[in-house]
Amino acid sequence: MSDITKQSLSDLVENIKSKKLSSSEVTKAFVERSEKSKELNTYITEDYENALVKAKKFDEKPNYHQKLPGIPIAVKDLFCTKDLRTTAGSKILNNFVPTYESTVTQNIWNEGAILMGKLNCDEFAMGSSNETSFFGNVQNPIDKNLVPGGSSGGSSSAVSAQLTPITIGTDTGGSIRQPASFTGTVGLKPTYGSCSRYGIVAFASSLDQAGPMAQNVKDCALLQEVISTYDEKDSTSIDFKRNEYSKELTKNIKGKKIGIPKEYRIDNMPKEIEDLWKKGVEYAKDCGAEIIDISLPHTNYALPTYYIVAPAEASSNLARYDGVKYGFRAEGENLIDMYEKTRSEGFGAEVQRRIMIGTYVLSSGYYDAYYLKAQKVRKLIKNDFDEAYKKVDAILTPSTPSSAFKIGEKTNDPVSMYLNDIFTVPVNLAGLPGISIPAGHDSKGYPLGLQIIGKAFDEQNILNIAYAMEEKINFKNNITDWWLK
Amino acid sequence: MSIDLKTIKHISKLSRISVDEKKAEKLAGDLNSIFDFIEKLNELKTENVEPLTSVAETTLILRPDEVKSKNLREQVIKNSPKENEDYFVVPKVIE
Repeated sequence: MSDITKQSLSDLVENIKSKKLSSSEVTKAFVERSEKSKELNTYITEDYENALVKAKKFDEKPNYHQKLPGIPIAVKDLFCTKDLRTTAGSKILNNFVPTYESTVTQNIWNEGAILMGKLNCDEFAMGSSNETSFFGNVQNPIDKNLVPGGSSGGSSSAVSAQLTPITIGTDTGGSIRQPASFTGTVGLKPTYGSCSRYGIVAFASSLDQAGPMAQNVKDCALLQEVISTYDEKDSTSIDFKRNEYSKELTKNIKGKKIGIPKEYRIDNMPKEIEDLWKKGVEYAKDCGAEIIDISLPHTNYALPTYYIVAPAEASSNLARYDGVKYGFRAEGENLIDMYEKTRSEGFGAEVQRRIMIGTYVLSSGYYDAYYLKAQKVRKLIKNDFDEAYKKVDAILTPSTPSSAFKIGEKTNDPVSMYLNDIFTVPVNLAGLPGISIPAGHDSKGYPLGLQIIGKAFDEQNILNIAYAMEEKINFKNNITDWWLK
Repeated sequence: MSIDLKTIKHISKLSRISVDEKKAEKLAGDLNSIFDFIEKLNELKTENVEPLTSVAETTLILRPDEVKSKNLREQVIKNSPKENEDYFVVPKVIE
């Protein structure tokens, strides 16, 4: 089979189980395509040789009862992988080799998958374009010099370019859904507490959540089923009844009530996004859903709230990078000088900016005015969703206010970069699940995504709605392999 | 509101990140535009709102305090930028 890398995850699993393909054949195909795709800069660390050895081992003693039998997978470099360098896209972790495995990746290997390498991302997941990575920006396979979104930009690019059959990202304010939307792929941010945060390099602990990024909804459901487990190593992991999402997946969404929040009609919204949203409403109706107008009155306050809460938590989480126990160290005249130089040289500009914001809003005299205020507004935002969900089962919005932009276009204006996350951030603040599915193209031919937001722990429902709409939308990605060498 | 260079120097000290004059000026500009954007929250009255500290409405679960990992001293020390046998090495702190 010459077109192995074109196959969906579900097809590959089926073909390995029915012995039409071996794990070695599949792994070799993805490794070879990855090697020819260096121009995209998706990988920070490649682990191809080990992957091929593991694939051979799988073929010698295959276990076809596993959910991901012998499937090669590359993951975002924010997940700690035992004995394999984990950088979080930062110079400060350039040489860090974890002594333990993140729970989410362990769950994937437990189901038979094989690690191929670590994917590029914005430094400490802080960014919306993958341009803050110490390891350079990532190309979007859709077009040259186009950002793949962020922070899971290496992940979105790798899935879209078919360098890995599926992957995992993390989403603190949109870092799975926005890059999925920019690359014509599917990305799910699960409910806060669904996937363990153990072993994920921390950005903002009350918002961070891992999730699958895939070529289609069915694959996405399968990986979600694998990665979502209760974990006593994460004190915010929640013990709830988890579905077998892929098995219970159905296109029957007849009578489901889908809300359209009027506040998402932002000022200066491009007509293409407005049109896409209208089309989305029609698709949902075609699937038998009932459309209901709703209001989420505090939507406009979500981004300012996020840019207090997330940097505050980040400044606290990143205090551990002091050049002593692991990571990069710059020499200094004394201990304090060593700390200050290490952090000044080890962190990139965006990370330093956010540490500064966070330190300021938590500092004496400003805590109440900023941090406490933001936590109160966060409550109002969550209340909005609670109110809306008395009337509807899910909410439909655009995923992003625009299609992918050019590399360098927004790097000098942090606020315009932050505005990218306007439709995704409220979901993290309220701890809800949200999925982005590709739904159309703009006039340049770049993909655009629609977001379906669910009630807490109701991943099955939004996966079902996405599954039904996916069929109606029948999206095709225009990938020309321009980067292949 | 305006964040001046003196404030930037103060935050830089608190966050243990050294900044020179040029970097301080750039940061002041960036932070001011970000805080202009954040000030929007002051439009809202929140006196009677409970702050949301966690969306996960769970109580912390207790478990026995047992060591579960194996002895990883060697691997852990190996990640250190400077070590001496079993110790992390830092610049001299006591004269």
